[in-house]
Amino acid sequence: MLEEHAKIVQFITLAGEVTGRKKLQKMVYIAKKMNFPFQEKYQFHMYGPYSEELTLRVEELCNMAFLTEKMEDKGSYVQYTYTCTDEGRQFLATMESEYPKLDQCIHRLNDKSSRFLEMVSTLLYFNTLDREAQIEKLHVVKGKLNFTEKEVEDAFAFIEELQGCVRA
Amino acid sequence: MSYATQKLAEEKVFKDPVHRYIHVRDQVIWDLIGAREFQRLRRIKQLGTTYLVFHGAEHSRFNHSLGVYEVVRRIIDDIFKGRPEWDESERLLVLCAALLHDLGHGPFSHAFEHVFDLDHEKYTQAILLGDTEVNAILKQVDPEFPQHVSDVIAKTYSNKLAVSLISSQIDADRMDYLQRDAYFTGVSYGHFDMERILRVMRPREDQVVIKKSGMHAVEDYIMSRYQMYWQVYFHPVSRSAEVILTKALHRAKELSSTGYQFTYEPRHFKKFFDSTFSLKDYLALDEGIVMTYFQEWVHEKDEILADLCDRFINRRLFQYIEFDPAKDYRKLTELEQLFKKAGINPKYYLVFDSSSDLPYDFYRPGEEGERVPIHLLMPNNELSELSRSSDIVEAISGKRRTDHKLYFPEDLLTQDGKKKMIKKQIMALLIGKSKT
Repeated sequence: MLEEHAKIVQFITLAGEVTGRKKLQKMVYIAKKMNFPFQEKYQFHMYGPYSEELTLRVEELCNMAFLTEKMEDKGSYVQYTYTCTDEGRQFLATMESEYPKLDQCIHRLNDKSSRFLEMVSTLLYFNTLDREAQIEKLHVVKGKLNFTEKEVEDAFAFIEELQGCVRA
Repeated sequence: MSYATQKLAEEKVFKDPVHRYIHVRDQVIWDLIGAREFQRLRRIKQLGTTYLVFHGAEHSRFNHSLGVYEVVRRIIDDIFKGRPEWDESERLLVLCAALLHDLGHGPFSHAFEHVFDLDHEKYTQAILLGDTEVNAILKQVDPEFPQHVSDVIAKTYSNKLAVSLISSQIDADRMDYLQRDAYFTGVSYGHFDMERILRVMRPREDQVVIKKSGMHAVEDYIMSRYQMYWQVYFHPVSRSAEVILTKALHRAKELSSTGYQFTYEPRHFKKFFDSTFSLKDYLALDEGIVMTYFQEWVHEKDEILADLCDRFINRRLFQYIEFDPAKDYRKLTELEQLFKKAGINPKYYLVFDSSSDLPYDFYRPGEEGERVPIHLLMPNNELSELSRSSDIVEAISGKRRTDHKLYFPEDLLTQDGKKKMIKKQIMALLIGKSKT
């Protein structure tokens, strides 16, 4: 009955720790696009695909003390870091939540910067378009981030790498 | 004169209980209102199952869509017109997006999307871009126009100011639904001085900002959002009705997958059960049709489906208790086992419900990775995030308040008959806690 909560606890547990709310949002979105069964609904927002459901679910998990949220003042913004607690691990042990290959996918995602994941998730958001149209759309909605050709190429290569990892 | 600039010979007005009048001068807008896909919104309630708690809440997405259009029309025609930051050539595009932003909602939107794993935003896009009357009207403006309307609604359009009118933390959508939902539910929360907010809105390159002098009106709006969520949108009895509706649809879907022979064949749902439905199938559904099936399924042989439909039709809702998953998650397994022993299927009759199942976007003051906050335009022309100037907003923003409930059929558990002792044991586990 708490399956969706358990999936998020497992996600953070596999990651070890996730630094940044934006990063967590993009990581779950990309995992969802790789067909892992996350149910959170996403819409396009300022920083790309964003899920209010995920934000609330993480808040609930922090309130339940299954996750901890550490705040760090970075001057112009506050950065949040999420880790799983002992209570969270105990909770997870009572749930069936095994997703083969999810850990490999999460580690690859967690190694990347928030900016890079913002680009990858935005490209995936437009993945019904052909590659050229995807890139064009990326520049329309993310014009201010000035992604270079090389970055865009790396993003597509990363998407292929993830898809390969999930298929393998 | 092009179709885009064509005006009606006489202005048309719709009488409206929230905005008094809704004014239509543009031929395109008039034609869109008459399109069959837009008329379908008359048959989809704005607040889903809330009418089972607040009996006045029978208003439709049609009412709301006209309301959002009117709020945007007032902003751009009365406030933004002539200001250098506003591109007047975007006027018709933004009006169309405002009018059509909810076009893809299905019947009992949230429950339906949940059961059939749908996203109404995708269907809004599909209606705008597919073989529909709405698409044919928009294409007369320009072949690219339907795509642009779709992009504004999807928040992926290049002009962020245009997007923010319909979708931001202080937008026409929320300003209409808060007032409209308050009016039709009859609650006294939800009211704020919209006229004042409109007067102090100013266009900027990427967003709408609010003159500092309008801060108190915006505080009132933020408070309305907060109160309406807890008092109306997340009302536990309304949630109970939605839980039952969702479970009834799940049951019908499950029965269909097992080859069950329905007495009243779910012709309209069949392709949804198999995920083979087309846009035409999607548009053929409305709440009248769902209710017709539920009325008929009250007589089905399957006891669970018949009972759930009867509960929904006749408002025999589930009881609920506050539930703290951090403390009590292990009890869920115990309860599930006991329900099975009592002969009551826990999959349909024991339901855990969280605030994250019906998220409401509380005002968030621009935390990292979040949405754009509301900005005040200070006298020195600089922008300041709202909660930095407003103690009231600071007090309620960023504060965590989550809610969890457990729903169950108290009547089945307290009636005399078989398995009485097990049922007593269940009730002791449930109500021994905090009956509400």
